[in-house]
Amino acid sequence: MLQNVRILSVLFALFPAIAWSEWEVNMTRGVTDTSAAVFDLHMIVFYICVAISVVVFGVMFWSIYHHRKSKGAESHPFHESTSIEILWTIVPTIILIIILVPATKTLVESYDTSESDMDIQVTGYQWKWRYKYIGQDVDFFSVMTTPSDEIYNKADKNPNYLLEVDNPLVVPINKKIRFLFTSNDVIHAWWVPALALKKDAIPGFINESFTKINKPGIYRGQCAELCGKDHGFMPIVIKAVPEEEYIAWLDERKSLKEKEASASQKDWTMEELMAKGEQVYNKSCSACHQPTGVGLPPVFPALKGSAIALGPMDDHLDIVFNGKSGTGMSGFGEQLSAVDLAAVVTYERNAWGNNVGDILLPADVEKMKGGK
Amino acid sequence: MTTQVADVEHGHENGHGPATGITRWLFTTNHKDIGTMYLIFSLVMLFIGGSMAFVIRAELFQPGLQLVEPAFFNQMITMHGLIMVFGAVMPAFVGLANWMIPMMIGAPDMALPRLNNLSFWILPFAFTMMMSTLFMDGGGPNFGWTFYAPLSTTYAPPSTTFFILAIHMMGASSIMGAINVVVTIVNMRAPGMTYMKMPMFCWTWLITAFLLIAVMPVLAGVVTMMLMDIHFGTSFFDAGGGGDPVLFQHVFWFFGHPEVYIMILPSFGVVSEVIPTFARKKLFGYHSMVYAIVAIAVLSFVVWAHHMFTVGMPLAGEIFFMYTTMLIAVPTGVKIFNWVSTMFRGSMTFETPMLYAIAFVILFTIGGLSGIMLALAPVDFVYHDTYFVVAHFHYVLVPGAIFGIFAAVYYWLPKWSGKMYDESLAKFHFWVSFIGLNLTFFPMHFVGLAGMPRRIPDYPLQFADFNMIVSIGAFMFGTSQLIFVYVLIKTLRSGEKAPQRPWEGAEGLEWTVPSPAPYHTFATPPKVD
Ligand code: HEC
Ligand SMILES: [Cu+2]
Repeated sequence: MLQNVRILSVLFALFPAIAWSEWEVNMTRGVTDTSAAVFDLHMIVFYICVAISVVVFGVMFWSIYHHRKSKGAESHPFHESTSIEILWTIVPTIILIIILVPATKTLVESYDTSESDMDIQVTGYQWKWRYKYIGQDVDFFSVMTTPSDEIYNKADKNPNYLLEVDNPLVVPINKKIRFLFTSNDVIHAWWVPALALKKDAIPGFINESFTKINKPGIYRGQCAELCGKDHGFMPIVIKAVPEEEYIAWLDERKSLKEKEASASQKDWTMEELMAKGEQVYNKSCSACHQPTGVGLPPVFPALKGSAIALGPMDDHLDIVFNGKSGTGMSGFGEQLSAVDLAAVVTYERNAWGNNVGDILLPADVEKMKGGK
Repeated sequence: MTTQVADVEHGHENGHGPATGITRWLFTTNHKDIGTMYLIFSLVMLFIGGSMAFVIRAELFQPGLQLVEPAFFNQMITMHGLIMVFGAVMPAFVGLANWMIPMMIGAPDMALPRLNNLSFWILPFAFTMMMSTLFMDGGGPNFGWTFYAPLSTTYAPPSTTFFILAIHMMGASSIMGAINVVVTIVNMRAPGMTYMKMPMFCWTWLITAFLLIAVMPVLAGVVTMMLMDIHFGTSFFDAGGGGDPVLFQHVFWFFGHPEVYIMILPSFGVVSEVIPTFARKKLFGYHSMVYAIVAIAVLSFVVWAHHMFTVGMPLAGEIFFMYTTMLIAVPTGVKIFNWVSTMFRGSMTFETPMLYAIAFVILFTIGGLSGIMLALAPVDFVYHDTYFVVAHFHYVLVPGAIFGIFAAVYYWLPKWSGKMYDESLAKFHFWVSFIGLNLTFFPMHFVGLAGMPRRIPDYPLQFADFNMIVSIGAFMFGTSQLIFVYVLIKTLRSGEKAPQRPWEGAEGLEWTVPSPAPYHTFATPPKVD
């Protein structure tokens, strides 16, 4: 089998477009005790299924070969046998019970809700993830960074195509982590194959799951529940590191926050805000409102020429800051820093032919943040 | 050929032929005409749904976005699913039921002929409305054929209201069709045709009809709740108003799981007719076959949440649904063993219907086995919503439902049309379909296990090779259905005349009437002993 796969892959390597990819045909064993147990269970059941098919198909092909009319086979009249029928009701039942024993055991283990070492809240948003380290004052968004040029085949695709994010989830190894899943809009599903962990993130409800990673490394996954247009573009990246490294990272994250705060006190010019705003816009807003501000009406409105983008500053900031519930427009007040918010609002008022001419200062946004 | 005489007797005595022109089809109450319309409708839908699969596979041929935008891609996967389920598979089965059930039980027509006409004619309007949403502002339904809330309510495109109405119409049509089947089978069996003498196809359809009557109203309920949430300010599925998005999934799958058996049971029936014919041997274990279908149908009501292992159910819930799901494997296994034993020590020939029936048994078994894997909750945490699931349900639906339908069409076409199809061309159709199908759906198991989520328009690079193979297989499978159309046309135009009983081993009342079956059959009921 593997041999054939190799030969095939050599053949296909002739196609330049696909030469880089590897042949993966099975589930990963993963890096947690649960994922190993799940993998073993998967293999056991797989072999049992193979054995069943060998028997069933064996008898079938044997009959097809020997009991064909062209070979002079005559049909035998038997068409009922209570004992045989009882037998093949009971035997499968026994096989199923044999499978169910380890399955139930693994399931019960994965529901082990004993005390965890740390808790992380994972929130799905239309097309990004938010990670909040409970009790740590660390809270950030994780957005895919694959450039649209790679997606639209204008540039070569890098090896982590569609599986790369700006801020990976950093966690320590050998610690029992409790994840709390929820969503801000539609249902998403947080899935990392190496942890054998997939859980739905449901708006208004909280689901929990546990994991304990045994090996340092970078593990990648994707959203698994159709959640709208960019469902295929909200990857998950986990960096599992030794504990010291994790603590150092936490400290760095916290100092970043202070830097941001001081940046908002600085005097920003229109040019600076516009440049910054363009970056923020392309990262956080263009998926819906489109890079040129024309949106995808009727669901995602245009900002170019929009009454709100051209109207009073307060209304404009309000919708960006607080969002509008029941629509794709989530509040960005907590997602973005004061500088980013000020920049993106300024940008929207003055880009693509919008020319209100005014600017929003980070210090003003900071006041609004403080007021919350 | 001795029964030829009998037909003259009960065939045409008070008979009038079909009306002429378009009114024949618009106003017909004849089960054969209506059956034909259902089958043609289903074929058209198969091609429309299939061309959407073409769009999907063309986009997935290589990584990157080449042909369509993600927003449109989502509409394609949604429409592909809805059209195949409600437009291709279900109407084809109703078409077969219309043609065959009266002839198999010795009845002159369906019990409720006007209802029959209505239930067909609703469909073209329902599907026209549903497909027209693709051209509306904001596009058509883009939330998958399972339309989970709140993606399908709060976050849905405006056209969703039309989608809801279309689902209501399809549901009404299915319920009427199902009532008709039940009433026909219960009341119109020929004297002597007891339940336990009924052909297997009628049995499977009787059970299917009860399933339909039970669950289509549930589907209607869930879309009505959506409608209320969207337009009338309720919050069934909105946590913000005290509702629960997971409630949607429970209600949907309470419909959805029996629905998958609705799409497979009539195929079980067809295969149970075809295999004995070409093995020249009675069906093994008729009684256990009947009990198995009843068991499957009953169990299908208590397994729904195996589609929802990752929504965060309590442990007891996971265990309950895991066990009940595994339990379904037992009656399903019994059916497979019985088919194999029917072949065992038979005297087999391999005409096209038999090829389809054998492929059905093999490939359905593969789909069933991957179903056992999926039933295991802890492993399903990994399989769920990946291509492994896509592989699984296409293995049970395409070689299951669709191959069952092909087997039925080739098997009964001589009876319907009075002409024989071209055997070598039909075998060619079979082999190209068979290879294309496996090329399409088998590698999906691999990409799924390796970690490819379903319903994505673009994928990471490690899935590229298999996706290319899958797409090539899909183009092959799709194109091969043109051969099917050609076989049909050729049969109707220049097929050789078919005898009354074209298959040596065939038994059953339908083979006691001439080919083609006269417009009215069994005006006086035959006597069954
Ligand atoms: C997930 C999709 C999505 C993203 C991302 C998004 N928006 Fe929106 N936005 C919407 C939707 C939907 C509306 C319409 C809300 C309504 O119905 O009033 C909207 C409305 C707006 C409006 C009001 C427009 C008008 O004329 O009514 C502004 C301003 C706006 N968004 C700014 C932003 C900014 C700034 C960002 C990035 C920081 C952003 N949006 C990101 C979906 C999105
Ligand atoms: Cu998502």
